[in-house]
Amino acid sequence: MFEVLKSSFHKLISDTGAKLMYQLGFSGFSLILIFKTVVELRYVFAKRKEIIKQMYVAGVKSILVCSIVALFGGMILSLQTGLQFKVYGQQEFVPTLIINIMNKELGPLLTAIILTAFSGAAMAAELGTMKVSEEIDALEMMSIDPVRFLVMPRIVAMSIMLPTLTIYTVILAVLGGAVVSFFQLGVTFETYFRQIVDSIYFKDMYVGLFKSFVFAVIIASISCSNGLLAKDGALGVGRATRVSVVSSYLMILIVGYFITAIFYGNII
Amino acid sequence: MIEFSNVSKGFESRKILKDVDFTIRDGEIFVIIGQSGAGKTTILRHIAGFYDPDNGDVVIDSVKMNGASNRIRKKLREKMGFLFQGGALLNWLNVRDNIGLPLVEHRLASKDEIARIVDEKLALLQLTDAADKMPSEISGGMKKRVGLARAIVRNPEIILYDEPTSGLDPVMSARIDELILRMKRELGVTSVVVTHDMNSAYRIADRIAMLYSGEMVQIGTPDEIRTSESGIVQQFISGNIHGPIKP
Ligand SMILES: Nc1ncnc2c1ncn2[C@@H]1O[C@H](COP(=O)(O)OP(=O)(O)OP(=O)(O)O)[C@@H](O)[C@H]1O
Ligand SMILES: [Mg+2]
Repeated sequence: MFEVLKSSFHKLISDTGAKLMYQLGFSGFSLILIFKTVVELRYVFAKRKEIIKQMYVAGVKSILVCSIVALFGGMILSLQTGLQFKVYGQQEFVPTLIINIMNKELGPLLTAIILTAFSGAAMAAELGTMKVSEEIDALEMMSIDPVRFLVMPRIVAMSIMLPTLTIYTVILAVLGGAVVSFFQLGVTFETYFRQIVDSIYFKDMYVGLFKSFVFAVIIASISCSNGLLAKDGALGVGRATRVSVVSSYLMILIVGYFITAIFYGNII
Repeated sequence: MIEFSNVSKGFESRKILKDVDFTIRDGEIFVIIGQSGAGKTTILRHIAGFYDPDNGDVVIDSVKMNGASNRIRKKLREKMGFLFQGGALLNWLNVRDNIGLPLVEHRLASKDEIARIVDEKLALLQLTDAADKMPSEISGGMKKRVGLARAIVRNPEIILYDEPTSGLDPVMSARIDELILRMKRELGVTSVVVTHDMNSAYRIADRIAMLYSGEMVQIGTPDEIRTSESGIVQQFISGNIHGPIKP
């Protein structure tokens, strides 16, 4: 009995240790990938075709879902807050609230979540498949650097696409909010958009865009790392995809909080 | 020259190679046979510098591959071509672009020159009709030939073949064998060929090495292998169900 307990305790400790070591190794790998990408940035022009292709893929794949999420997100925000504000006859503050929360938080976050599901997962699956079918090795055999050839274009494309789509998401959410405000809350379009224009702050915009840029680097680097570290055939590719989506979500939430805290609060 | 001295390698406490020791001479065709999972691909990956041995040394033309810096590994790999088991083609490039990739990426020649070299390799491997197809549109055997064309496009001194004839029909297999022989004859290429195809092994090999449970059971000329006194070698080359080989 005691022996069994002891050995399972042993296993628990060593498994936890192994997991921790793997996580540390993985984080190191992702950071190195980002660093190498920065070095490879001098090939941005040479790789422009691949970058544009990746941007196109990311944009086209996610634009429909982005539109629906943004439109309905704006409508829900408008309705929920509007019904509360209406009790006090303050419904013209709805646009202020929408533009603020979308610019600062929800725009970058929602778009990042959508792009993780579409592009991040696709990156992990694609690079993972290449890894397990020895295509990455074939590149190394040809002295082609996988970071320059595959990772850098993806990180750059994501860093351009995510902020761009974030702007799009914010605009659509504002439009969705306008429709609901008009029909459900009786706020005229004129009042609504005047409020919007009055409530846009430059700081909110650049913090939001900076946030989505950071999210983009996080998503692309985590997804590419997971792909490049995949093993054990198709099963491993599935695992790499799943893990990269979950870890991207966690990192986005955590890092997102800290960016907000740095720009708007006292840190922690 | 490719030298393995006392190379041992394990994965997660499972020993795959145990004190493997052999030397491949320049211009030789060295064939490695052995059961599935014996570690044949692992040997090729050591030569290409993807794995470092746990013990022992892998030396290519008097330069140690294991422990070498990335720059030296790159230099050594430039002398090599590797035909991977599944072809390892990039699925978003067509056959022509896959073959020309190493030349295009390193700008080793002008556009026209590259097109000419690629056409030549296409013809050599009878792929001209498939030049504009995507990898998903061609058969496994064809992928293998495209992989081979890509491996030889930079005229390497050493070519590593991982099962070059598996999945090919007998006539095409014979053609690939002929190609391997021709590259040795005309260009003095050193070849390391992993294969399950004994006909092909006898046809091309200068020497055959049999890998079994992590050790080189025998290394010898095709005749020596054919008349081997080792029960393991005899059972393997005759494909006998009964014998000393553990399932
Ligand atoms: N990177 C790795 N991590 C863990 N195990 C590995 C790794 N590479 C190879 N192995 C294991 O080593 C053993 C030998 O693999 P290898 O691919 O060299 O076999 P092989 O002789 O080429 O077989 P086949 O004829 O099926 O291709 C296998 O059991 C494999 O599972
Ligand atoms: Mg193999």
